[in-house]
Amino acid sequence: MNTAIPKGRPIEILLVEDSPEEAQLTMDALKDGRVSNRIHWVEDGEEAMSFLRRAGRHSAAPRPDLILLDLRLPRISGHEVLQEIKEHPSFRRIPVVIMTSSDDEKDVAKAYDGHANCFITKPVDIDKFIDAVRSIEDFWLTVVHLPAA
Amino acid sequence: MTGIHEAAPVEILLVEDSPNDAELMVEALGAGKLKSRITVVEDGEEAIAYLRGAGVGIEVSSPSLILLDLHLPRMNGHEVLAEIKQDESLRRIPVVIMTSSEKDQDFIKAYDLFANCCVSKPMNQEQFASTVRKIELFWLRIARRG
Repeated sequence: MNTAIPKGRPIEILLVEDSPEEAQLTMDALKDGRVSNRIHWVEDGEEAMSFLRRAGRHSAAPRPDLILLDLRLPRISGHEVLQEIKEHPSFRRIPVVIMTSSDDEKDVAKAYDGHANCFITKPVDIDKFIDAVRSIEDFWLTVVHLPAA
Repeated sequence: MTGIHEAAPVEILLVEDSPNDAELMVEALGAGKLKSRITVVEDGEEAIAYLRGAGVGIEVSSPSLILLDLHLPRMNGHEVLAEIKQDESLRRIPVVIMTSSEKDQDFIKAYDLFANCCVSKPMNQEQFASTVRKIELFWLRIARRG
């Protein structure tokens, strides 16, 4: 296996998504994947940072191996969350996949400038959405060598 | 980056000092359905010189994807990566580290330097080719480019 993750341990994914429907779709699509994974869903940027910092109710949170991050979030924007993660000495190495409904080139450019590992525009069509999530799962969980936590 | 030349092949830069690996990669990329134009450079300094020169001439355009080995003569892969990701005009280009290194530290360092992703080179030739094609497919068809 192409990864530093020890065999038998599920890959921990942090999903930062404010839409419950899209979160559910994403989680369902990932559940059917080839590689055992566990998804931790938070609805906004502040909770995402609490999760990473193991603060408050997230004191027992595992370190995520991968972060799926929406840009349109309440309170702090996805760009700001990305910045906080990529400026942090130990969180910065966690791959961040931006998954957002934005099609705007400016968002794409800004995300890559902010060191997003990759940017995916969420398809509007449900089947294509599921395909996109599966492609992410296929690439990031089976091809990529994720950094050891 | 669409426009008049919508059918123009996509540019891929391979930074790879092993001729065998380079050949495998070029073959694998050429075998795919995607029209890619591949440039191979053998060391880090050449890579940087190429990237800085690209976009200036009419013939050479900025690559849409860089596959970067870590163990290179003259400038090592980490240094090349750092230069690319610190350069405002180059940092948006996805850089995929492809390495035979087995040291966790090499991967961690690459991610810390903002490699878009890291992939271990499979030992088996078929898997190697298949991995290269998966990288090409994901970065040129699925991911949005900056």
